[in-house]
Amino acid sequence: MINHKKTRYSRRGFLGQASRLAAASIVLGRLPAKTKTRTSVDGEIKVAVIGCGGRGTGAAAQAMEADKDVQIVALADAFLDQAMDCFSSLKEKHGDSGQLMVNKESVFTGFDGYIEAINLADVVILTTPPAFRPIHFEYAVKQNKHIFMEKPVATDVAGIKKIINAGNIARQKKLNVVVGLQRHYQKNYKTIFKKFKQGKVGDIVSGQVYWNSGGVWVRPREKNQTELEYQMRNWYYFNWLCGDHIVEQHIHNIDVANWFIGSVPVSAQGMGGREVRKGKDHGQIFDHHFVEFTYPDGQVISSQCRHQKGCMNRVEETFQTTRGNFTINGGGDGIIKNKRGRLIYQHDSSDDINPYQQEHNELFSAIKAGDHRLDDTQRGVNATMSAIMGRMATYSGKVINWDEAFSYDHSLVPELHSFSDEPPVVPNSQGKYPTPIPGITKYR
Amino acid sequence: MKCLLFIVFIGFVFSQSKKHSDYLETIEGSKLQIQMIYLLGGEFQMGSSPKKRGSKNDEHPNHRVFLSPFWIASYETTWEVYELFLNKVNQARKDGRGVVNLNIDGVSSATMPYVNYNQDGFPAINITQYAASQFCKWLTAKTGNYYRLPTEAEWEYACRSGSGDAFSFGDKSNNIDKYAWHKDNSGGVLQKVGLKNPNLYGIYDMHGNAAEWVLDSYDPTAYIERSMIVKNPIVLHKDLYPRVVRGGSYKDSAHMLRSSSRGFSSPSWKKRDPQVPKSLWWHTDAKHVGFRIVRPLQGPDKKHLNKYWVKPKKEY
Repeated sequence: MINHKKTRYSRRGFLGQASRLAAASIVLGRLPAKTKTRTSVDGEIKVAVIGCGGRGTGAAAQAMEADKDVQIVALADAFLDQAMDCFSSLKEKHGDSGQLMVNKESVFTGFDGYIEAINLADVVILTTPPAFRPIHFEYAVKQNKHIFMEKPVATDVAGIKKIINAGNIARQKKLNVVVGLQRHYQKNYKTIFKKFKQGKVGDIVSGQVYWNSGGVWVRPREKNQTELEYQMRNWYYFNWLCGDHIVEQHIHNIDVANWFIGSVPVSAQGMGGREVRKGKDHGQIFDHHFVEFTYPDGQVISSQCRHQKGCMNRVEETFQTTRGNFTINGGGDGIIKNKRGRLIYQHDSSDDINPYQQEHNELFSAIKAGDHRLDDTQRGVNATMSAIMGRMATYSGKVINWDEAFSYDHSLVPELHSFSDEPPVVPNSQGKYPTPIPGITKYR
Repeated sequence: MKCLLFIVFIGFVFSQSKKHSDYLETIEGSKLQIQMIYLLGGEFQMGSSPKKRGSKNDEHPNHRVFLSPFWIASYETTWEVYELFLNKVNQARKDGRGVVNLNIDGVSSATMPYVNYNQDGFPAINITQYAASQFCKWLTAKTGNYYRLPTEAEWEYACRSGSGDAFSFGDKSNNIDKYAWHKDNSGGVLQKVGLKNPNLYGIYDMHGNAAEWVLDSYDPTAYIERSMIVKNPIVLHKDLYPRVVRGGSYKDSAHMLRSSSRGFSSPSWKKRDPQVPKSLWWHTDAKHVGFRIVRPLQGPDKKHLNKYWVKPKKEY
């Protein structure tokens, strides 16, 4: 049986925390709410982008689209070339808009560039590889910034705890926080969830969530790179930077299970490995994971994620209910069927707004109105921690329960200040990195 | 009607007596084959008369077009074939007959679109016109035969298979379920290729199932300027949007599947790509669009190979 011991961050505590803290901040009332925060904005809204890859650049463009008063004022990236690519891409579409207000003095590089960039802004976009999210989030909250941050919010438990603490402070300060789990901002998901809440779909009995695809880019080692630079360029393949694809991508689907069931899982058990993707530029991560997540009322959600080419792709969530079943996906589908397999509802997404745009529309409208409407931190924490627990299960081959996972002293990300610093993993004499071995590896 | 039957009959006789013939293109390093149908070309009526019920302005007027001979694939390109290209099964020919050096040309970065159920036998969809065209380039390098996307005129000629009617099987859509997957019989999902009857040339799924990329940019007034007979017409603009897709899809109602009906691309087809620049290779909202390939009997000379392979264009 599962041990429900009440640690500070127990499962139930987790879910209740957001509402309790909201209540607490109303009672206390005298927390430093408005010190430097721009709670209501008439003029321009200054935005800094921390992490200037394709996604950071995309988020910056969406921020500018969301509100004409948004100005991108600073870019920070570990690498100068990435920051410059971001700038030239943004210039293509927004160069004449008066919204791209970045100059030589407001592009920051290296490991500590985020500090000055954040200082210049009212709102920050945190889109680096997830290893750095906790320190960036912590600093942005400390400086009273509204925040858009990408999922996942961490790669290890130590990072999760940092995010929780900073998230609590953000809440007290009434800072709007959006986490890029964009399915919560996508019309087909919202519509199906509404029908589900109205009882039209029945109660969830079981489900399957998938991110099965051919995988992502590889950035091979180049001459003159330090080991740390190589790993940060090819970051997807290193656990400390990426969290493995179960955390980095599949988080979306696990998050949907949490959302619809209304809880985080009690425990996880599963399997995984490196079957086909095990070349020299494929670092440490698995190419497949299969996890069973058990929820408090006994429902079991099967979670599959695969990065193997030539196989059938499927990125989707499907649930069996007491009245039939329903299926939703990022492609805009939303289908409800009854027990006889008859179609009850089919969502038409052709006119739906792009959810990545919707995230920013809601964020900037809240900021402009001076409202504290968006507080996604807890959701981001729950989803990230669920995925990390799944990874612990596939890496170790053991059953992991939530409280155990949470109490584990699990820290993958070192403090880094220079590309000559040593990364937490290094290759052996054959150029291969340590990879998890179920039955031998202990959670990491 | 008698006259029409006669034309169809002539076409049939010609296709029986032609010098070149249909063939199966084999892809070295795999067991997969692409069936290519030889078409004689010649003159045909492209577009639609304004008098035809259901036709739209961009199809007017119908006009005379002359086409050079070419082969066209009898099926829409399927996933198992497209994924050979994506997954880089031995890029170039071993015997050195490859006409293109793919590594230099940077085809190696093609990526899979986000698509569920990419199963064997189903059309490859949600990919850009550029990606479809780069597939042709890859296939050219692999086989030594020159492949590309069809021009809009070639596509319509192949679709009509000699018919001047709205559909290759007649003016009325009564019989459409025998020939095409459309809104009312597809169950809202894409189907395996080749399940319906082929047209008179032996080509499947020209009407419906996946709409199909052609090379042309979409110009709604293009036909108006064509007064005399035009030879091998093609409209190439630099703008990425709109470009033409033909045949309608499983999502469309029957009249959109007509031989002369013209669809076109839009930036909204990439709306859910969260990155900037957006992917060169895939769309997010074009799950109804696939492609098929052609091979002109007389390919361009080596200097002009690239003219009919779509150029990449960054999108922000």
